[in-house]
Amino acid sequence: MQGDMEFASSENPALANYAPAVRQQLFQFVLQLADTSLVLGHRLSEWCGHGPILEQDLAMANIALDLLGETRSLYQYAAELEGQGRTEDDLAYLRSATEYRNPLLVEQPNGDFADTVVRQFLFDNFHYHFLKQLLTNADERLAAIAEKSLKEATYHLKWSSEWIIRLGDGTEESRQRVEKAIAELWRFSGELTMPTALEKELQAAGLIPDYAEIQAGMAAHAEQVLAEATLAVPQQVFMLTGGKDGRHTEHLGYILTELQYMQRTFPGLTW
Amino acid sequence: METLEMTQEEQFQARIDADVRIEPKDWMPDAYRKTLIRQISQHAHSELVGMLPEGNWITRAPSLKRKSILLSKVQDEAGHGLYLYSAAETLGTTRDQMLADLHSGKAKYSSIFNYPTLSWADMGCVGWLVDGAAILNQVPLCRTSYGPYARAMVRVCKEESFHQRQGFEIMQTLCEGAPEQKAMAQEALNRWWWPTLMMFGPKDEDSPNTAQSMNWRIKRFTNDELRQKFVDMMVPQAEFLGLTVPDPLVKWNEARQAYDFGEVNWDEFWAVVKGNGLCNRDRLGARVKAHEEGAWVREAAMAHAAKRAERETAAA
Ligand SMILES: [Fe+2]
Ligand SMILES: [Fe+2]
Ligand SMILES: [Fe+2]
Repeated sequence: MQGDMEFASSENPALANYAPAVRQQLFQFVLQLADTSLVLGHRLSEWCGHGPILEQDLAMANIALDLLGETRSLYQYAAELEGQGRTEDDLAYLRSATEYRNPLLVEQPNGDFADTVVRQFLFDNFHYHFLKQLLTNADERLAAIAEKSLKEATYHLKWSSEWIIRLGDGTEESRQRVEKAIAELWRFSGELTMPTALEKELQAAGLIPDYAEIQAGMAAHAEQVLAEATLAVPQQVFMLTGGKDGRHTEHLGYILTELQYMQRTFPGLTW
Repeated sequence: METLEMTQEEQFQARIDADVRIEPKDWMPDAYRKTLIRQISQHAHSELVGMLPEGNWITRAPSLKRKSILLSKVQDEAGHGLYLYSAAETLGTTRDQMLADLHSGKAKYSSIFNYPTLSWADMGCVGWLVDGAAILNQVPLCRTSYGPYARAMVRVCKEESFHQRQGFEIMQTLCEGAPEQKAMAQEALNRWWWPTLMMFGPKDEDSPNTAQSMNWRIKRFTNDELRQKFVDMMVPQAEFLGLTVPDPLVKWNEARQAYDFGEVNWDEFWAVVKGNGLCNRDRLGARVKAHEEGAWVREAAMAHAAKRAERETAAA
């Protein structure tokens, strides 16, 4: 559920340990994580009321809510790191598409339920393993956020893994649909663990997990789930990247148009 | 009268009159069963269709906090749908059958959801007025004579008060905000006031089933009684917000200790009930589309479960 903590703008003493340049980098990175959860939560919330079965409508809303809760904690922390008086809402609602730093995967459209499940599975597999590493991370605040989110991400990964299995090993139609979704979306999965220049520097400084350490766990889980689903793991896929550097697919612009509509139409008001 | 000489029907009514809950395995008149299936499934469908007008605004909510509250509210409505479908199933129907009736137009859902949500203030009005009206309708149902329905309603009502509060808070924030926010709130109230009065159903004299339902203690108050309660509750709240209820005839009646108010536009009421509201086609269309497009998912889940069961038996 949502945390309603509004952090006071007074300076957090722990942040004073960071050199200004590092703090700026960490700010960018936390923003990237927040954008990622927000955009995926947004996509999932588009299903609300339109799911294939009421129980799954509930499940997707639930995952969206978890991601939104994580988003808020991250933006609140980002705002503190930046220290310019911006709020979580300023960061979410008043940045443009090229300023958003989410990976391309999460902005891809819902498509059919198979597309949504595959997108979710690819993200959850990363999210879960990433958060596990983040738990022992040097930055305490990120570790605290990770601790709460990991419980949720564990459930998300279970949900999406089970659906990959059901769809792969279900009917002929579901198998075709999930294969098509895998063929469509796998090319966005590489970006999740392909470090950007910013991530490399933070990794070198030991401030965020090294993706090399989580790749083996992710691959093992994907192989196990796809095998159980009687599906093949795609080989030699050309991986698309750019989102984490602000170069997005065209989908993001429409997401932000909708997401930011109220704040852009009525600037500076309280809701 | 001696119990032994009572007919089944008389015994049934005696239990009702003694406020003893009727449970699924108990004997009940066919008409009681039918009335309940109709009412509970209609209620369940209302929760389901009711997700749409608010679901509309989740992606456009003006702050992350509001987005999160709205999403969890709409998610609650899905949960209410689940409890209610389960309660109806105890009467011998199935969710598939109930959904088929919804999709064919045979079963109804609350007409209020055939009105469009056009501004953010509508999220305020829906929570404040629509959930407010739902609470008045539903609180007495916690004591309704059919056990599973009453128990489902206890769970539902707990959450409905949070729904109403979040709606009122949206309105309050708008009314304390900039002039364009207050105008947005007033405009929304102008559109939602009369349709919410219609939520209590036709006037008592045009509601032929009320007497039987009251006799069976499925219903505890008449439509007009509930409508009056609603007006008495909401007019002061609107005043508190600094908003004007769009009915010039609203006036405190000292003798009745209640508000007088104008006549609902019953032509509009019946037009929307009969399918001619702005959103009837869109709402039902969205539900049918979700159901049809979800068919392959439900089939896959069943096929997989069957394969799994087969493998487990083979392994055992
Ligand atoms: Fe409701
Ligand atoms: Fe509800
Ligand atoms: Fe509600």
